[in-house]
Amino acid sequence: MEKKRDSSPDNPKAVWKDDGGRVVLFLSGDWVRGSEAAVEGVSERKWPDAFNAENLGDFDSILPAFLLRNLREADIKEPGLEGLPDNLRGLMELALRVPERSEAKQRDDEARGLRSLGLVSISVSQAVLSVLEFTGDTVRSTLRFFTGRAKFRSQDFWEVIQDCGASALPIVSLISFLIGMILAFVGNVQLASFGASLYVADLVGLAMVREMGVMMTAIIMSGRTGAAFAAHIGSMNANEEIDALKTFGFNPFDYLVLPRVFALVLMMPLLTVYANMIGILGGMMVGAMVGIPPALFWAEMLTVVDLTQASLGVFKSVFFGVAIAISGCLQGMKSGGSSAAVGRATTRAVVASITAIIILDSVFAIIFTILDI
Amino acid sequence: MEQPDKDAKISVRGLKMAFGSFVVMNDLNFDVQKEDIFVIMGGSGCGKSTLLRHMIGLKEPAEGSVFYEGENFTTADGEERLKYIRRFGVMYQSGALWSSMTLAENITMPMEEHTDLKPAEIKDLAYYKLALVGLSGYEDYYPAQVSGGMNKRAGIARALALDPEVLFLDEPGAGLDPLSSQRLDELILRLRDSLGSTFVIVTHELASIFAIANNSIFLDTETRTQGATGDPKELLEQTENETVRLFLNRGETMKPETNHE
Repeated sequence: MEKKRDSSPDNPKAVWKDDGGRVVLFLSGDWVRGSEAAVEGVSERKWPDAFNAENLGDFDSILPAFLLRNLREADIKEPGLEGLPDNLRGLMELALRVPERSEAKQRDDEARGLRSLGLVSISVSQAVLSVLEFTGDTVRSTLRFFTGRAKFRSQDFWEVIQDCGASALPIVSLISFLIGMILAFVGNVQLASFGASLYVADLVGLAMVREMGVMMTAIIMSGRTGAAFAAHIGSMNANEEIDALKTFGFNPFDYLVLPRVFALVLMMPLLTVYANMIGILGGMMVGAMVGIPPALFWAEMLTVVDLTQASLGVFKSVFFGVAIAISGCLQGMKSGGSSAAVGRATTRAVVASITAIIILDSVFAIIFTILDI
Repeated sequence: MEQPDKDAKISVRGLKMAFGSFVVMNDLNFDVQKEDIFVIMGGSGCGKSTLLRHMIGLKEPAEGSVFYEGENFTTADGEERLKYIRRFGVMYQSGALWSSMTLAENITMPMEEHTDLKPAEIKDLAYYKLALVGLSGYEDYYPAQVSGGMNKRAGIARALALDPEVLFLDEPGAGLDPLSSQRLDELILRLRDSLGSTFVIVTHELASIFAIANNSIFLDTETRTQGATGDPKELLEQTENETVRLFLNRGETMKPETNHE
């Protein structure tokens, strides 16, 4: 359709004219990309009885798109195409051959003001409900497992154990060691001004075993394992693998969620104990730098860190493990059937599990304060 | 609602399929007899796969029921429904092999769960099922390591794992080269003849529809219900429904006999 032109393209123009009772749309100029179409004499009717294209120059997709837009606004079933050049007419006929399925088109929900508030409330309450439902399902599935009515592939279980246990050690080591060091440094800044540097040991020990060890482990596991759960289960969902499980009579919940929950519940306490030790080691190293010999650091720490204190973090880790596994698996199971949906599921899983961890930790903080531990 | 046909393998009565308020298909009524090769056909997006998902219980009907041998499958739940499901084999559009398992493991897992066979026997059976679809030697490959067509064929092998009475295949021929597609048709006919299985197949490949099907349903997007049911070869000759004839004629308005002249 490209013709050699000597001059720049004529400006495209569409003029509505009343031609003895008939509405005629005069099309002229070159309707090519980058040009601005001028519409004159706008008609109430969006579609003319006939066209006049005598002065029409070149055109590309701009023109059919313009006509189609008018047609959609006009909402006519069988539009007349009289007067259009043959090639344009052919394109229009092609575009109009299969009528638009108006009800298939997604209505864009206008979300404004109260309506958007309502929509948000509904989605929040649905999200809360789905978490509760999923937790309930997990409990039921666990009960089924212990009464011998649910099973999963032991190989899957060991793979998850490997992945959220041993494979997580390097990153847990690094983060806890650094956290231990940071605690010691920060503590020392204040305590040294009172000449009480030795108490850095108490601070590091207590903070690690009660809060920081379990917290950092949980956050690492959310980002690492929770996200992996969501992505894995989500892509199984997208690939109809979960449907395949169902039609072979396998309960997808037992097969996919249970081994992951169990694995995290077993591994989180172990990782937490490990993170506590590495963190204290980090603190000890900083202690040695500011003049507290490791043996002294250890002895001082043991005056405040007893078994009760040390078990608090480990106790919490079990709940955090459940929270991470449930958020990851829930988002994966709920995920839609596309790769974008898997991405969203992964994001939601991480956000949800970190939120859940922080909320749970606050609840535990209140409970421990009331119980005076 | 009409009563189901007691002799039919599968009866669908008054089925309405919907996503929320969007109705996909209304008032579907048809029977699949034992040893039928039943084809669900229709244009793209008309709900063929959705109908299949209703028939295997992955989606609940908005109205109506699916019956197996006269028993209501839609209202059955728990153990009772599982009883039916164990007699199905399903091949999904994408193959849907479990990606963390090898091809052989994909086939052995259902057998380990649902049969009392010894591990060695199960292994032999898995080898045999893969050989049936032309994949011997690929037992230890993972789904991601073989081509899409091979995934599809392995999906059929897995659907065959439990020697099902009814096999549901979702677009088995799509994405296969003509020769493999023809081999697949042959495989389906052989399996029907030797195992006495019933097939429900979603497809819109005319060559394969005419080659294998002896019964069918056409889903009409315009009217949102079934356009016609019956043997596609007869439908081509006799149907009153213009859309069905156009579909079976690849859009030619004339009948094929006159077409050749």
